[in-house]
Amino acid sequence: MEVIGSLLAGFEVALTPYNLFWCFIGVLLGTIVGVLPGLGPAATIAMLLPLTFQMSPTSAVIMLAGIYYGAKYGGSTTSILLNVPGESASVVTCLDGYQMARKGRAGAALGIAAISSFVAGTVGVIGLMLIAPPLARFALSFSSPEYFALMSLGLAMVVLLAGKSLIKALLAMLVGLWIAGMGTDLFTAGSRFTFGLSEMLDGIDFVIVAIGVFALGEVLGNMESREGGQMLPVPKGLRNLLPTWAELKACRFAFLQGSVVGFLIGVLPGAGSTIASFISYGIEKAVSKHPEKFGTGVPEGVAAPEGANNSETGGAMVPLLTLGIPGSGTTAILLAAFILWGLRPGPLMITDNPTLFWGLVASMYVGNVMLLILNLPLIPLFAQILRLPTYILFPIIFGISMVGVYSVSGSLFDVYMLALFGLLGYAMRKLDYPAAPLILGLVLGDPMERALRQSLMMSQGDVSILVSRPMSATMLFLAVVVLILPLFRKANSWRVKALEEGA
Amino acid sequence: MAEVSFNNGDAISAAALAGLGGYIVLEASRWDYMAPDGPGPGFFPVWYGIALVVLSLVVVGARVFRIAQEGRGPGSGGARAGAAAAKRREIYHALAVWLAFTISIALLKVLGFMLAFGLLTFFIVALIYRRPWKVAIAVAAGTSLGFYLVFPLALSVALPVGVFGI
Repeated sequence: MEVIGSLLAGFEVALTPYNLFWCFIGVLLGTIVGVLPGLGPAATIAMLLPLTFQMSPTSAVIMLAGIYYGAKYGGSTTSILLNVPGESASVVTCLDGYQMARKGRAGAALGIAAISSFVAGTVGVIGLMLIAPPLARFALSFSSPEYFALMSLGLAMVVLLAGKSLIKALLAMLVGLWIAGMGTDLFTAGSRFTFGLSEMLDGIDFVIVAIGVFALGEVLGNMESREGGQMLPVPKGLRNLLPTWAELKACRFAFLQGSVVGFLIGVLPGAGSTIASFISYGIEKAVSKHPEKFGTGVPEGVAAPEGANNSETGGAMVPLLTLGIPGSGTTAILLAAFILWGLRPGPLMITDNPTLFWGLVASMYVGNVMLLILNLPLIPLFAQILRLPTYILFPIIFGISMVGVYSVSGSLFDVYMLALFGLLGYAMRKLDYPAAPLILGLVLGDPMERALRQSLMMSQGDVSILVSRPMSATMLFLAVVVLILPLFRKANSWRVKALEEGA
Repeated sequence: MAEVSFNNGDAISAAALAGLGGYIVLEASRWDYMAPDGPGPGFFPVWYGIALVVLSLVVVGARVFRIAQEGRGPGSGGARAGAAAAKRREIYHALAVWLAFTISIALLKVLGFMLAFGLLTFFIVALIYRRPWKVAIAVAAGTSLGFYLVFPLALSVALPVGVFGI
């Protein structure tokens, strides 16, 4: 009953005209960036983050979360019509979605993707609503050693699943920790890694690194080639976007399975929606009466991965909001956004900021309804966005990136740093270093160092405090297992296969 | 060890990261490792610096070992050389855009956002995407004007202003 009461209070927040407006803007922008290949929600949220500083934190987080889950809806459009995933999470949708489109069932495929996204998005929010409060209460017993162990486990999971090479993912994470350590030391106020530059005393703003590595790195990578895909005809009219009764019936298990699998995988740091959609597709194929037809254009092959990648969002919000541990690059940027607004996601978030938490949860219900309404009749319109020439789109991204960074500090030094991190992001793409561990290392670097040093202060320098407490010892043990596991050939070949099929 | 194999690019980047790790350890060794009330500012960086060096050297070592095992590898045929040249061209494309972006940042102070961004857009449209000059000028002017309408006018976000006052 307490949950219902809190949710109703959340709806009072989410349904104010002001928050409804920002929720709509968020899901609309999310759908647009989801449709556009080469521009992801992480880059978009990073670019728009500076512009939200004048908004109330609740409205801002409602909008940014809308971009996050809205992009999952939009990502399927290009997968189905172009065989090019708008988002990495929509890769699996290409397999059957594009084949359906080639058979003249593009409308049905788009409709199933939208319905599945709606069902799964709603299931994900219900899961978030039910699991987050008890998990937060449990996490209240955590002290510095547990937090250090939890962050280590989160980073280990992200490193495990971020790229084909575990070593490269670890190296990227360590560089993130180094960048986080730049500036003034938390405890002694001495300067570290500032290269004698006064501009570096406050460290490097997270926004600069996020925009540089995600947005500019992505754009520079996309600007290498000028080729574009061949789009299949977009069906017009709502009737052509509705799947048949037989298709819906065939998808009923896939809707549910994708929703549950996606949510559960979303709760795990590092797994992410790409892995969720891949696993959900695999399960659907394994339990199907006609597995041989998968890949030839079966509706379940669209419903399951689309469901999984949408409910994953609700799952990913659980560790972010209750433990302050992001599980992906996008949630890491959301965490940074919370910190910039003076909020600290963690066990006290729900009790200290009930308006924000329950307002966000309620807005996700509202946002999912908005997305269904937007996506079914307006898909032909969104598909027209793909006709926007890249020679117009990419300069606009450069411009928004510059303005975003400059508007935070008014410093040209930061804009130069943006160029530097853009080059780093591009180099990482070319050399196959995953960006997510770097961003997570950057976000968790400060709190992780603080937790470690506080733990050792508590024990007067005795490192055994980290393993003498049951929760902390268990999490550190799991982190070590996660990192050691790929050293065994069989486990690593499974991991690499999963990442290759999901990437 | 069960890892994916590394190429020359990986080895070169890892060598650079090993250098970075060495720098981190060297810098951190100048700060307190342990203070009376607990770990000092050098404590955490020393450990991630060491980890950076060790892991980078694993990558470099794995590559050197592979080269020693395989010799110089298969000879580079014409097709491979062609593919490599095409790949290089793509990288030059991206680096040219990055350089233009960096130059446009340098011009922000002198020309202001509107002109510097307009020049960057013109460069991308006309020289990278090879569109007609008229199109490039129209896109550059249109996007600059669009930014002016959205940011300083609609959202009151200040943009860098140059010597011409725009």
